[in-house]
Amino acid sequence: MFNGRKLSALDVVDAAQTPTLSRRQFLLGATLIGSALMVGCRMEASDADAPVAAGGKPAAGSPFEAYIAIAADGIVTVYSSQFDMGQNSYHGLATLVAEELDVALDNVRVEGRAGNPKWYGNLAMGGAFQLTGGSSSMPSSWERYRKAGAAARELLKQAAAKQWKVVIGELSTANGEVIHAGSDRRAPYGSLIAAAAPLPVPGEVALKDAKAWTLIGKDATSRIDARAKSDGSQDYTIDIQLPGMLVATIAHSPRFGGKPKSFDATAAKAVPGVVEVVQISRGVAVVANNTWAAIKGREALQVTWDDSGAETRSSDAMFTEYEALAKQEGGKVALKRGDAAGKLAKAAKTIEATYRFPYLAHAALEPLNAVIHKDGDRLHIHGGLQMPDAVQGACAQIAGVKPDQVDLHVMKTGGGFGRRAVADCDVFVEATEIAKAINFRAPVKLQWTREADMGGGRYRPLHVHRVRVGLDADGNVSGWQHHIVGQSIMAGTPFEGMMMKDGIDPTSTEGVVDTPYALPDIDVRMTHPASPVPVLWWRSVGHTHTAYVMQTLLDEIASATGKDPVALRLALLPADARERAVLSLAAEKAGWSQPVAAGRYRGVAVHQSFGSFVATVAEVSKTADGGIRVERCVVASDCGIVINPDIVRAQIEGGTGFGLSAMLGERIALENGAPTASNYDAYRVLRIDAMPTVEVHMLPSTASPTGIGECAVPPIGPAVANAIFQATGKRVRDLPFLEA
Amino acid sequence: MAFELTINGKAVPVDAPDDMPLLWVLRDIAGLTGTKYGCGMAQCGACTVHVAGQPIRSCVTPASALVGQPITTIEGAGATGPVAKAVQDAWVAGAVAQCGYCQSGQIMSAIALLDTNRSPSDDDIDAAMAGNLCRCATYQRIRAAIKAAATALA
Repeated sequence: MFNGRKLSALDVVDAAQTPTLSRRQFLLGATLIGSALMVGCRMEASDADAPVAAGGKPAAGSPFEAYIAIAADGIVTVYSSQFDMGQNSYHGLATLVAEELDVALDNVRVEGRAGNPKWYGNLAMGGAFQLTGGSSSMPSSWERYRKAGAAARELLKQAAAKQWKVVIGELSTANGEVIHAGSDRRAPYGSLIAAAAPLPVPGEVALKDAKAWTLIGKDATSRIDARAKSDGSQDYTIDIQLPGMLVATIAHSPRFGGKPKSFDATAAKAVPGVVEVVQISRGVAVVANNTWAAIKGREALQVTWDDSGAETRSSDAMFTEYEALAKQEGGKVALKRGDAAGKLAKAAKTIEATYRFPYLAHAALEPLNAVIHKDGDRLHIHGGLQMPDAVQGACAQIAGVKPDQVDLHVMKTGGGFGRRAVADCDVFVEATEIAKAINFRAPVKLQWTREADMGGGRYRPLHVHRVRVGLDADGNVSGWQHHIVGQSIMAGTPFEGMMMKDGIDPTSTEGVVDTPYALPDIDVRMTHPASPVPVLWWRSVGHTHTAYVMQTLLDEIASATGKDPVALRLALLPADARERAVLSLAAEKAGWSQPVAAGRYRGVAVHQSFGSFVATVAEVSKTADGGIRVERCVVASDCGIVINPDIVRAQIEGGTGFGLSAMLGERIALENGAPTASNYDAYRVLRIDAMPTVEVHMLPSTASPTGIGECAVPPIGPAVANAIFQATGKRVRDLPFLEA
Repeated sequence: MAFELTINGKAVPVDAPDDMPLLWVLRDIAGLTGTKYGCGMAQCGACTVHVAGQPIRSCVTPASALVGQPITTIEGAGATGPVAKAVQDAWVAGAVAQCGYCQSGQIMSAIALLDTNRSPSDDDIDAAMAGNLCRCATYQRIRAAIKAAATALA
């Protein structure tokens, strides 16, 4: 999502009030809740009285919050601060805990937890709020969850040492047992939990040395949720059934920014099973006994919209306006180094390029949904809680309860790709408003239809880049002028104050202003036009377009100067740039130094996003009907220490397919302010017959782990575009490549 | 209207409008939520089930038209024989799923493919599976798992 490193200002602001990555954050404690040993964090003042709530869960906002529970049967449950939308963060956290605790992954379960940012705050983003995004789940959890696992292990050893009257140094742990080799005694963890709970957690818990790791770095295809995701038993939000639950669908304005003026519910209410039609702030909802009735009622509903504040332009008109803006000298200065204009004026040769990137939909397979249930004075919220603190606050206010009267139930979701991290909590707010409109008399599941989801905005913002690159007589880059035009994602959200500087949204300029290449004379301008079309982070965010521009332009420079594209990049990258090694590895594994096979054409790109480095070599062929087929991708990655190699591999395979999908076929076009695509027939997501083979090569590293969920997306598009140039002699600057 | 369906070998009484797609009968009435809603117009394949052994998109098939025909969903697939077991085991062993939401439909399409073709080529797999979207783009592992299942069944 967004780059954790750019949250440094936030770190400073919050360091004074909030526990960050300090010893205090790891003031670990333990307690018995029900019959399970809970190991987690507690406030110093409250060590003695961790509250125990009904159902074995600590109360919301409690001074104690668990990271791990160990039950009498030895099953270990990890309470995940990180939401799992398919990127396998749960398996990652299970691995970190199991490594330190010495338990088999088969005996580890993971449950999402939310509602206590004090202890579940994202440490990669300052620790003040809970968030899954910016590929930060492993950076945030790397120490927290290993330390929790180690603390639990030491507690269990202490308990065994007391029982056996031996010194703790003689004890070891393996496979869920404490072992005293000298006397050949073993105790399963479950037999020690009652004895361990009252013991003090050691102040400083030593983590295993990397040489002793048995799970971290081990290449295995095991996944804790593989079976449930292969037999239909994995539950998602859409699968929630509560007694008496009603199902709602919603009609939004077809044009972005429109509001309901009036509605006629006669036909909708005539649909058998429809029980209510209610207007809420963002639309009109049909509430029914079952999903089909809600869908039919939604189709029959007549709404008149007030379009006075709505977008009325077409996306073509927006492109024309943005291109005109990009040609102007205006814009805010995002980066100024050297004398770009002066150098360009004297350049022997100039490359001028204008790029057009459309709006993109996340199009996750599970359309947005949420379940709201008020039970007495408690508000229950079930769903894809990617930014739970915001949801807790917003929904509590609507329901008229205090935030600590909210129970957040974190569900796994059918994809996300950024769409479930919305500052104004769209689907949750709507569901709560609907439940309130029927006086909370029944649980409500709001299920957006596919059409509501695809037409619901929060798109990757449409962008235009205009770049002029000067080349001197020797073929060296001599001046780079770059104007980016696109809507800001953060403007108007709480992130604006935290992360935007001088009116520039870093999620539009990331990947350009931090370019590692030796470009001494560069001038980058940013213009953020406004529109009622809501925009959002879309897997790898600004890098979706900035990497494309930078990496195709480097290819143009190589062509214009007769240089090899890999050699040119290596010549322009500093000696310590981590791009160098992944680029060299991908080139080597792809056989870059050898001629490409007959009928194949090759392109390369390398890009850093969210602290991880990925190089991709794409091979394409021409099809009989004059098209292009992407055949093979060779990808090299450096994401620091690799925790689960096969998850890295899977994310790179999937990220490559995801980025390729956008490059080839995805576009949300607007006519009269309304999207023309409403389902997968018109919004072309990559299918199996267009999926290339993807070979993944991971660089060994001892650097702290960085995320892997997004970093494969940026380089695939430009690598394919560069290969297409080899095949056709044409530069692809208007995306997607396939016209409608 | 009231009618009876045969789902995973069991008689299931249904009281639903005659245009209600099988998908919503399965999910909201029969309580079988492994079959997923993705598009409602036979574009994504997440709702794929078998009717008399043939893969169909349950989101556009009225349930009332299926009286008397055996319906198999992901929940009942494992009991149908060695092909389904081989496919599900290959999905687990190959760590195919990421979010997993589309995988019930993928698996039902893969079982139907292997029921009629025990050694599918890449082209056969593409043709049989192109109607099943995976937004996580797990396609490479889907191909590999289908081949692994075919090998296991040989």
